[in-house]
Amino acid sequence: MSNHASTYEPKSATAKWWDERLPVPRMMHDQFVDFPTPRNLNYLWTFGGILTFCLVAQLVTGIVLAMHYQPSDAEAFNSLDRIRRDVNYGWLIQAMHATGSSMFFLAVYIHIFRGLYYGSYRAPREILWILGVFILLAMMATAFLGYSLPWGQMSFWAVTVITNLFSSLDAVIPGLGTAIVQWLWGGYAVSGTTLNRFFSLHYLLPFVIFGLVILHIWALHVAGQNNPTGLNIKSKSDSVPMYPYAVAKDAFALFAFVILFAWFVLFLPDYLGHADNFIEANPLVTPPHIVPEWYFLPFYAILRAIPDKLGGVIAMFASIAILAFIPWLDRSPVRSAKYRPVYKWFFWLFVIACLALGYLGSKPAEGIYVFWARIFTAYYFAHFLIVMPIVGAMETPSRMPGSITEAVLGKSSKKSTSADAH
Amino acid sequence: MTADVEDPNRRDILVVAASAFSAVGAASLIWPFVHQMNPDAGAQALASAEFDLAPVQEGQAITVMWRGKPVFIRHRTAEEIETAKKVALDELPDPVSRNENQPGTPATDENRTIAGHEKWLVMVGICTHLGCIPKGQTLADAKGDYGGWFCPCHGSHYDTSGRIRKGPAPRNLDVPPYTFLSDTKIRIG
Repeated sequence: MSNHASTYEPKSATAKWWDERLPVPRMMHDQFVDFPTPRNLNYLWTFGGILTFCLVAQLVTGIVLAMHYQPSDAEAFNSLDRIRRDVNYGWLIQAMHATGSSMFFLAVYIHIFRGLYYGSYRAPREILWILGVFILLAMMATAFLGYSLPWGQMSFWAVTVITNLFSSLDAVIPGLGTAIVQWLWGGYAVSGTTLNRFFSLHYLLPFVIFGLVILHIWALHVAGQNNPTGLNIKSKSDSVPMYPYAVAKDAFALFAFVILFAWFVLFLPDYLGHADNFIEANPLVTPPHIVPEWYFLPFYAILRAIPDKLGGVIAMFASIAILAFIPWLDRSPVRSAKYRPVYKWFFWLFVIACLALGYLGSKPAEGIYVFWARIFTAYYFAHFLIVMPIVGAMETPSRMPGSITEAVLGKSSKKSTSADAH
Repeated sequence: MTADVEDPNRRDILVVAASAFSAVGAASLIWPFVHQMNPDAGAQALASAEFDLAPVQEGQAITVMWRGKPVFIRHRTAEEIETAKKVALDELPDPVSRNENQPGTPATDENRTIAGHEKWLVMVGICTHLGCIPKGQTLADAKGDYGGWFCPCHGSHYDTSGRIRKGPAPRNLDVPPYTFLSDTKIRIG
């Protein structure tokens, strides 16, 4: 995969026998033990490992929940109650799964902002980045489908509102949107039929994510990891072997993350949910204020900021799709925002815009909230379409170190470091 | 070598025919897998439903279920009808009546109801924006700026004829097919 030579030595006759037939141990050794890792990675680089943990945790808890859950409109709401009250440790596993989705998104957003700040999407990591955008999309679809399963009021009305997004296509070809929506529903309204298929797809998509993650890691190991300087690994002293250095750091960060995770699971299992979801789905009453889960709020704010149905839907999908194009929108000669004195400020403005959109998405769509949602939506897109190309082309990067080693040890000590290379 | 064979490609037709046959066969199998998700005959059955409107007093409204959807039936006051009639067509964001009983007609109040039964407004109670149920059926509900219905999800205001006046909804509330069997008996569907 990568440009470093294999250092794997089979130690036993069995290992040698395997190595000549299916060299999985060699691949694991070369890719996850002796893999060259930039020596200057900070803790923001531990989120890849944390995300892998999140995916596995969701898969394991989800498979268990599916053993007890009943995907029918008559039984879904009750079966969730039974899981939480009767099933042995159901209270724990259900809380891990529900809270786990929030933790997954928390980690993925940090991971994405890290990539944006340090230019991890720049050549030669375009495919790696675009695979990441697909993973984000698949995660969103999975989270949305999963949110329908408790069959509470918020579940029901979230499904109604989000599937109805497709009815906006009626503005393009009359009847097309309605046909798609009825196809998704399997009827003329959201019903048990809809719930049943959403359950099936909710079980399927995580395995699609799993496949995409394998490609994502594969692409990462071909291009090699980016790092805070954005420089490539040039000499042996620029890198350390993944094991034990990066693995130990990843493990430490993972434990810190798991403490936060456990705190939510054990002390605030329903804090990130919505009270209305403890009322069984009722197709005759819409809750007075529908809000999505926190991780969808910025996109929901963008949807509502546009005063046109189709336009709002297009803007919402475009806000994610645009990420796939930034490897070519960013015109800066350097990768890392660390050496971009002007762009750095715009980056933080972008972070503020995302947080503000999240806040505005949780507020009713009226008055001053709509005004600010429009301002920040405008900046969200301007950041990618205007700031990235223009600032990138005009700004003079600040002085950069010659290598990763120099960034860590300073110029004078460069000579002594080549001696300590592994 | 090729020179001694009369027509070296003469058996290609077998490959082409077999491939084309398999491709068409495989492609035609897509449809069952797409169509299985569409509403089946049971869901499609219109199952027209009859309702007795005698107990509904002037100013009151009821919500009934038809095809799994809520249908609003409002017994409008003379004042509400008057307000709805006075609205000029060019004030309406959606100038089409959206009445399945008279498709394509302009959205006048007359075209939103059935002649002789103008006091009854019958509509599918689903916001044409993203499918929430608008408020306005009970006396305590917020009825929006135009005295009809108000969708709390994204702030669409409907007037006393169920026409969109303000907010993100693109269309007037849909009027389903219905007939009056007697003065107080209605069949929807």
